[in-house]
Amino acid sequence: MSGHGPEEIKKAMKKYLMVFGILIVGTIVTVLASYIHFDSFALTVGLALLIATVKASFVALYFMHLIDERKSIYLVLGFTTFFFAGLMILTIWASGDKPLYSVMP
Amino acid sequence: MEVPYTVKNRPDTGLYNAKIGIWLFLASEVMLFGALFSSYILLRVTAQEGEWPTELLNVPIGTVNTIVLILSSVTVVMAWASLKLNNFKKFKLYQGLTVVCALIFVLIKSYEYRDKFTHHDVVLTDGMRVDGHLVEETDEYIILSHPLEYPAEKGIGYRPTAIKLADEEAKAHGDGHHHAEDRKIMLADIEKRTTWGPWANTYFAIYFTLTGLHALHVIGGALVMAYFWGPGSRMWKKNPEQFANRIEVSGLFWHFVDLVWIFLFPILYLL
Amino acid sequence: MDSTEAKEHHDAGHGHDHHDPGFMRKYIFSTDHKIIGIQYGLTSLLFMLVGFFLIAVMRWSIAFPGEPLPVIGTILNTFMSGMTSPVLDPNTNELIGYAISNDLYNSFGAMHGTIMVFLAVVPLAFAAFGNYVVPLQIGAIDMAFPRLNMASYHLFLLGGLVMLGSFFIPGGPAQAGWTSYSPLATSIPTDGQLYWLIAMVMIITSSLLGAVNFIATIIQLRAPGMTWMRLPFFCWAQFVTAFLLLLAFPPLEVGALLQLMDRVAGTSFYLPTGLAITSMQDVSGGGSPLLYQHLFWFLGHPEVYVLILPAMGVVSEIIANNTRKPIWGYRSLVYSTLVLGFLSFIVWAHHMYLTGMGTKISTFFQTTTMIISIPSVIILTCLFISLWGGSIRFNTPMLFALAFLPMFGIGGLTGLPLGFNYSDIHLHDTYYVIGHFHYVVAPGTIFALIAGIYFWYPKMTGRYMSEFWGKVHFWCSFVFMNLTFQPMFAQGMAGMLRRMADGGAGYSVANNPDAIGGLADHLVKLNGNITFAAYALGLSQIPFIINLFYSIFKGKKAESDNPWQSTTLEWQTPTPPPHGNFTTPPKVYSGPYEYSVPGSAQDYIPQNQKA
Repeated sequence: MSGHGPEEIKKAMKKYLMVFGILIVGTIVTVLASYIHFDSFALTVGLALLIATVKASFVALYFMHLIDERKSIYLVLGFTTFFFAGLMILTIWASGDKPLYSVMP
Repeated sequence: MEVPYTVKNRPDTGLYNAKIGIWLFLASEVMLFGALFSSYILLRVTAQEGEWPTELLNVPIGTVNTIVLILSSVTVVMAWASLKLNNFKKFKLYQGLTVVCALIFVLIKSYEYRDKFTHHDVVLTDGMRVDGHLVEETDEYIILSHPLEYPAEKGIGYRPTAIKLADEEAKAHGDGHHHAEDRKIMLADIEKRTTWGPWANTYFAIYFTLTGLHALHVIGGALVMAYFWGPGSRMWKKNPEQFANRIEVSGLFWHFVDLVWIFLFPILYLL
Repeated sequence: MDSTEAKEHHDAGHGHDHHDPGFMRKYIFSTDHKIIGIQYGLTSLLFMLVGFFLIAVMRWSIAFPGEPLPVIGTILNTFMSGMTSPVLDPNTNELIGYAISNDLYNSFGAMHGTIMVFLAVVPLAFAAFGNYVVPLQIGAIDMAFPRLNMASYHLFLLGGLVMLGSFFIPGGPAQAGWTSYSPLATSIPTDGQLYWLIAMVMIITSSLLGAVNFIATIIQLRAPGMTWMRLPFFCWAQFVTAFLLLLAFPPLEVGALLQLMDRVAGTSFYLPTGLAITSMQDVSGGGSPLLYQHLFWFLGHPEVYVLILPAMGVVSEIIANNTRKPIWGYRSLVYSTLVLGFLSFIVWAHHMYLTGMGTKISTFFQTTTMIISIPSVIILTCLFISLWGGSIRFNTPMLFALAFLPMFGIGGLTGLPLGFNYSDIHLHDTYYVIGHFHYVVAPGTIFALIAGIYFWYPKMTGRYMSEFWGKVHFWCSFVFMNLTFQPMFAQGMAGMLRRMADGGAGYSVANNPDAIGGLADHLVKLNGNITFAAYALGLSQIPFIINLFYSIFKGKKAESDNPWQSTTLEWQTPTPPPHGNFTTPPKVYSGPYEYSVPGSAQDYIPQNQKA
């Protein structure tokens, strides 16, 4: 991790407050965006998740110090993300893919 | 002989033990909440047409809760930074604020839960469906306040439309927002009756499970942080570096709890 | 010189020098990884005995349906009243004895699977061997989080006790299979299912905390010079196993939590709309039974690799040591294990081929399942090739380790027709599946673990187990293992289904002479052969159990701290290793299998020996 001297910590504290501001703005944007009605449900979901992901990234990178962190943590998180995506995507795909002659809806 | 690298970083990994430990634990928590999110998606995608409700949760209250948690995330990282600057008083202040925010979150959530548990939803014998807050209950009738009425066959997903129609009707009468009067319903006219709890439909089931599990994590995290604010802070005198590490590690857990809520809020309240 | 030596002695012996922790702290609430390893080992072996008892009762019902079970039947009736079937003499109407009822059979079946997988094999393979051996092999003084380690064991014990306790409640234990599918699991009115779910949550949490401990320990506490590619393969196997447990268990925890909500909070996560059992169910509906299956098997598949990887690790250590040459293909083994672990997360729905999935997704899972067989074969091949040109010592651990290879081979190969979605349509839920997975776990994993017990026994106790009785144990187990499980492939291919309390009598040709496709007589007759082989297999374990305890006191003393002349670090300690493990902190100079190095004085070079 990068140095923990007093100056670096003071700089980091300024960064924390900036990120706090960004997160509040992000929250307000999320709520306001929810009042806009898109025709495509996919677009609505996509936008909501995009804003949430951006906010989450700021929390992870700055509050959780991920931006300074080592490769080993990134590897663990990378594999976790892949497996989470696998669980989600394959489960949804399985519920949608039906055999040729199925009476199920 | 003590286990090495509990305080100092191991040179080639650049980590101390508890830090890799907490990130590993958080990875498993990502899978835990990830499985719940996947279940949410599956249940919503496979729900029958019209049976998935929307706009049932109070957005302003949810927004306040979101801001409370984000604030608590800032205070907990400030608490750690204060320790790194050797300012124990500031640490106490920030850590205390964090615990207070956590308590506020739980209180607001409890209010929301109670609000749902006292909300009754009845299907009448004449095919209409009425839901509203329970004001009075006797052996013969119930009274619901702010009732909303719509045909039962339309399904609960019809509610936003029903509200819009009721608002338009009220505007036509020059009333502004609809505020229907309290509705008295005889028990004899009720075919089915439920409250808005996890048993009501799969939306509520996943809502209460997701937010309930999240709330348990909030409470757990708050207890740990209260311990470090109080009796645990004695370690600052004996081993300040290890204490700062503990605040960092418990802070990481707390940020994760905030992260989960950042996704929960739009998914459950706004979509 | 004298003062530093004295100081080193003092450091090494400080455990019993200035604080005697007392019996509770030393043996019950210990944070020492070696004690915890032994705690896990003894507890899991006890659970394995319980699991075996359950199947012994079930095999009676399969081979002799409706017949009273002598002695045991009466005992079962006392403790689990209402779940046995009284059998009356047709002439005198006197009570002859108690037979196994269908409910009892189902309960025992569910609990046999649950106990064997979650309370016996995984804790023994991962927690027991891992806890004892891994910190020693990497040159550490303990695990990274010793108190968390202690908590993990006690949580595991608590979960196990809840599982055992469920046998004695009215209605008996869980009955819906070790897989506990909804809606069956949700709608069984007795409380056994509830206990199962609560116990599973405890056991899963224990495993998760253990996994965190293992990974952090292997990453952070390797001794100086112990690079990743100098780790004994056993440590690599445990490392990947820990990752599987860490990332695959949480979805099952969610699955169990949702089933708990269905039972207790009236939700309908897994209950579809319009569900009728004896009558229409008064639930909200809208749920999906398949959701449970996805969540269960997302763990269920990595779980089987959790069962096999530590065993492969144990076998590698024993083969290297008893062939006096390095394992062939160390890098291939490591990379194959990593790939295997990774792929194991995306093959799970091959357990769900018959749920009505479409062809596209079935093909996806079939493809990944076929691909995952490649690293498995590479691992087995490396181990086989390791034997070539070796100076093989045929001691008891080596016999079990050698037998693992073809037995796991049979288990793995019989998995292939199950992995193809087309042939699985015929074989799913038949005895073929039972034959397949028992071959991998019983003469596979369990043989490897028994080998490990014989192998590491001299390090734990300073004595060998009896070689003679070890060989008796081996040959009897090997013969009866095969006699028990081999016929099941034939039964399964002919279509005999699983989980039938009467052993298929209800579908047999004998009872249904006019039906088409009834179960042939010779297949039903095999039930008897299998049952007797299984009982003989159980009896074969008696010399092992006696040997295990007797040898602590009367076993042949080990000649040195390193009686097997092994290269790895766990043998370069005093016997048994004291608190703190090593007399001086070890430094590592060479790889894990430096056997028969040309030009060296001995035929092995310990890892901490300077070149």
